[in-house]
Amino acid sequence: MAVVAVVRRRRRLPRWSDVAAHVVLSIGAFLVAFPFLWMLLTSLKTLPESAGFPPTLLPREPQWGNYPAAWAAANFVLAFRNTLITAVVQTTGLVLFASLAGYAFARMRFPGRDLVFLVFLSSLMIPEEVRLVPSFVIVKFLPCPVPIDTICNPRGGWFDTFTVMTVPFMAGAFSVFLLRQFFLTIPNDLWEACELDGGGHWSYLWRVVLPLSGPAVLTVALFGFLGSWNAFLWPLIMTNNPEIRPLQVALSIFRSQEYGTNYPLLMAAATFSIAPVLVLFFFVQRQFIEGIARSGIRG
Amino acid sequence: MQGYGFLLPALAIVVTFQVLPVLYAAFVSLYDSRIISNLWSPGPFVGFDNYAAVLTNPDFLRSLINTVWYVVMTVPVAIFLSLLIAALLNRKIAGRDLYRTAYFVPYVTSTVSAALVWYWVFQPRVGVGNWLFGALGLPFQRWVEEPRGVGTLLGLYFGVAIPDLLTGPSLALVCIAIIQIWHALGFDTVIMLAGLTSIPSEQYEAARLDGAGPWALFRQVTVPLLSPTLFFLVITSTIRAFQAFNWFYVIYSGLVPPDVKVVTIYLYESGFRAYRTGFASAVGFILFAIVLTLTIVQMAVARRRVHYA
Repeated sequence: MAVVAVVRRRRRLPRWSDVAAHVVLSIGAFLVAFPFLWMLLTSLKTLPESAGFPPTLLPREPQWGNYPAAWAAANFVLAFRNTLITAVVQTTGLVLFASLAGYAFARMRFPGRDLVFLVFLSSLMIPEEVRLVPSFVIVKFLPCPVPIDTICNPRGGWFDTFTVMTVPFMAGAFSVFLLRQFFLTIPNDLWEACELDGGGHWSYLWRVVLPLSGPAVLTVALFGFLGSWNAFLWPLIMTNNPEIRPLQVALSIFRSQEYGTNYPLLMAAATFSIAPVLVLFFFVQRQFIEGIARSGIRG
Repeated sequence: MQGYGFLLPALAIVVTFQVLPVLYAAFVSLYDSRIISNLWSPGPFVGFDNYAAVLTNPDFLRSLINTVWYVVMTVPVAIFLSLLIAALLNRKIAGRDLYRTAYFVPYVTSTVSAALVWYWVFQPRVGVGNWLFGALGLPFQRWVEEPRGVGTLLGLYFGVAIPDLLTGPSLALVCIAIIQIWHALGFDTVIMLAGLTSIPSEQYEAARLDGAGPWALFRQVTVPLLSPTLFFLVITSTIRAFQAFNWFYVIYSGLVPPDVKVVTIYLYESGFRAYRTGFASAVGFILFAIVLTLTIVQMAVARRRVHYA
C-alpha cells in the first residue's frame, strides 16, 4: 500500500501551470525551428513552385536533384576543403597556444606577468570594427619567411593566405582566460609530485594539467572550431582568391551571382553548409552548452 | 623567464592582431590616407579633420541612428524573452534539455546561411511574412525591402497621419532585428538559466515563509540575485549589437539601402569600397568611443543596482 501511495504521488496529475509552460515553450521552439524547416522544404521544390504565391507547404514532388545541382553550381568542394583546413589548423593552434599562455598565467612566476595579463584582458574590450581597416593594411606588410602562396607571399605579406585566416585567432583572450581559471583549480600537490619525479613545467602541463582539464579544453576547441567554421567578415576582407576562400564567403558569393533568385538551390546550399556544424553540435551539445553556462557566470 | 617562452606565441599574436591595429588605427585616423604603400607615411597629415568629417557626415549620422534603433530593438527583447524561457525551463519541467537544445540551435548556425533562409521568410513578394499577413487579413508588406518606418506603416493602416518624429525604424530594420533576436535567444537563455539555477532554493523558501506571492518572489528574490547575470547579458549583447554586420551584408548582397545601413556597414564601405583608410579608422574609433561610454554608464548604474552575492 505504501509503495502504491508513493508511486501515485510521483505521478500526480500535471498542474495547469506545467501545461501552460509546455504550450508556451513548444510554440517558441516551433518559431525558432521554423526557418530551418522552411529551408528544408524550399530546398526540395522546383523553381516555379518556390516562387508561387501562396507558397505550398510540402513540395509537390521532392526535387532531391537540387542538392547535387547546388553542389555542382559553385565550387563548394573547394570551399568545404578550405573551411575544413582553416577550422582544424586554427583550433589546433588555439588549443596549443592558449594552453601554454593560460598555464604561464596560472602557474608560473615571472616579472611583468600581471601587466601582460592585463593586456590580454583589455584586448577583449577592443571591438573588431576598430581593428578591421588597420589590420587589412598591416597584414600586407607582415614578414614572409616561407614564400609559399597559401602561407605568405613576399609582395602581399599575409594577404590572401591560410595563415591570415587562422593565426590571428589562435590566441583568443577569452580562451586564455578560461584555461587559466581552470588550471588554477588543479591542486598543488600534483605539481610537487611531478617535481619529485624530475619533471619541469613542460612535462607537468602535458602529463598532468591538460589531461585533467578535459572540459575546459573541449569548450575552447568547440568555440574555436565554431568561430572558424562560421567566420565571414574577416575572410571576406582578407582573401580574394577563390582557391582559398572559405565556405561562408563562397555561399555569400553564390547568392550575389546568378543564383541569387534560385531559392531552391540557395536553400540546398545553405542546408549543406549548416549540416556539419549541426551534426557536431548534437554530439557535443551538453559539453558546449555547459561550457557557455560556466563562462557566462564568470563573465 | 621560462614564462615568456610559454607566452611567446599567444603574446605575439595578441600584439600583432589586437594591440598594433588599434595603435595603427589611431595613427592613420590623423591622415588623409587612401591606398597605403608605405606603412609609416600613409598620406597627408590632417589632424582631427577625419573625425570632424565623420561626425558631420549625414550618411554616418543616419547609420548611427539605425544602429541605435537596432540595439534598442534587439537587446531588451532578447533579454526579456530569454528570461521568460529560462524561468519556464527552471521549473524542472519534463524535456527541459530538449527545449534548451532547440532554442540553442540558431546560435551555432552560420549567420550567412541563416541570413539566406530569413531573406526567404521575409521575401517581399512570396515570402512567409506575406502568406501569414494574407491569412490574417492584413495588407501585404515588402518586409526586408520596405524603407518606410513602422510608425508610418501603422499610420497608413489605421488612416492616421504620423508626424515625422514617430516614423520609427524602417520595417526592413525591424525584420533584421527579429533575425538577431532569433539568433541570440538560445545563448541568452543558457546564461539566464545558469543564473537562475545558481539561486539557492532556501532563498525562495525563506521568502515564501514570509508570505511572498509569485510576483514578490520574482521582484525580491529572482531579480536581485539574477542581477549579475542580467548585467553581463546587457553589456555583452549591447556590444555585440553594435558590431552586427553579417545579416546586413548578406541579406542585401553587399548593397545595403540607407534605411537599414548600420555603422559597421558604413565603416566597411568607407574602408573597402571608397578606400578612405584614414576616414574609416576614425569611424571605427568613434564607434569604439560610443560603445565604451555606454559600457561605463551601464557599469555605473550596475554599481548601485547589481547585487553580487
